[in-house]
Amino acid sequence: MPSLKDLKSRIDSVKSTRKITKAMQMVAAAKLRRAQDAAEASRPYTERFNAVMAGLAASVGDSDSAPRLLAGTGKDQTHLLVVMTAERGLCGGFNSTIVRLARLRIAELTAAGKTVKVLTVGKKGREQLRRDHADKFVGHVDLSEVKRVGYANAQDIARDVLGRFDAGEFDVATIFFNRFQSVISQIPTAQQIIPASFEGGDEGGASALYDYEPDEEAILSDLLPRAVATQIFAALLENGASEQGARMSAMDNATRNAGEMIERLTIQYNRTRQAVITNELIEIISGAEAL
Amino acid sequence: MADTMQFDLVSPERRLASGEAREVQIPGAAGDLTAMAGHAPTITTLRPGILRIVGTTGTDEYAVTGGFAEISAEGASILAEEAMPVGEMTQDALDGFVARASDRLRAAKDSGDQNLVDDAAKLVADMVAMGSQAGLTAKQPSA
Repeated sequence: MPSLKDLKSRIDSVKSTRKITKAMQMVAAAKLRRAQDAAEASRPYTERFNAVMAGLAASVGDSDSAPRLLAGTGKDQTHLLVVMTAERGLCGGFNSTIVRLARLRIAELTAAGKTVKVLTVGKKGREQLRRDHADKFVGHVDLSEVKRVGYANAQDIARDVLGRFDAGEFDVATIFFNRFQSVISQIPTAQQIIPASFEGGDEGGASALYDYEPDEEAILSDLLPRAVATQIFAALLENGASEQGARMSAMDNATRNAGEMIERLTIQYNRTRQAVITNELIEIISGAEAL
Repeated sequence: MADTMQFDLVSPERRLASGEAREVQIPGAAGDLTAMAGHAPTITTLRPGILRIVGTTGTDEYAVTGGFAEISAEGASILAEEAMPVGEMTQDALDGFVARASDRLRAAKDSGDQNLVDDAAKLVADMVAMGSQAGLTAKQPSA
């Protein structure tokens, strides 16, 4: 039976925990709105870009002269997995779901006899993968100093990935991130970025009418590296929104749990206090009777 | 034929401008071009320069550092890598652009690939030219 003093300090400590989680939830809510706005703002660009790329890819895609970024190296022996996670924890299952998906893919690819390389973006994913797959790490991108993810960050990652591709380090690249669905639901997603595939490629018929300046292939080889950066940027933004959403709901849960705990402890505290009072009364009364 | 066309200028981070325009002057990689309503469908890459939009009410100018433009008879979409209104273009921003282009030039020289060196040198020149059009003077890049 804990003493009154123990209970009191226990209640105080849970109360301050609740204050912290409450504050974190509100910060996450504010950041979530900003992250969602950023994702919203980038959408017109991404959509247009993909539409144009789909048209271009459809008209050039099948010829032998298609750039390697589009057609691939002709092999799929070595896979590069770009695993994007958060820099910070306390966001529910956010990091674990991405890592789980990546682990699954690593196991599949290894079982199929492929070589796997891992590039991590964000500290948390690196920590979780280090135990089993440290030998597969080829690099790490640290975004902990970055307050607001910008296109420049995506370009840096893209440059890193493209450099490795040009050096022949891998054949297929896939990015792993959480697609933002809602505050309570984020979907871990794997998206292949090299060789590139674009949604909506069927509408290629209409774009065949375009004049290209300079020629189609020059444009394509100019735009493909940008497409990689654009896709990484979109993934980073989705990930950012998902992280804040996940943190918000995790902190909401934590706040509610702390509230329940405080209630339970308060009842226990009151009961104990009552018992102490009753005890004292009994002692006084029986003391008086004994006289 | 309509004398205005739909116009969009978007960068990865935000939509900068959207609306009706009479003509759009685009710094294309193969030379400047002006898009007006009824233009043949064209896709062109951009070089760093000033994008000028002549609208129904006035002219807007934006500095773009690269990207591409999709022009059709009904409209033009400019997908710029980085873009800002010329009014917001500061000396610092320009210096940043020029410095980045110079970095690429240095890297290209290190790699020894003459094509890359030419490309990067052109990029630096375009950046400097863009600055002078915006009324700013780029610090001469140290090569």
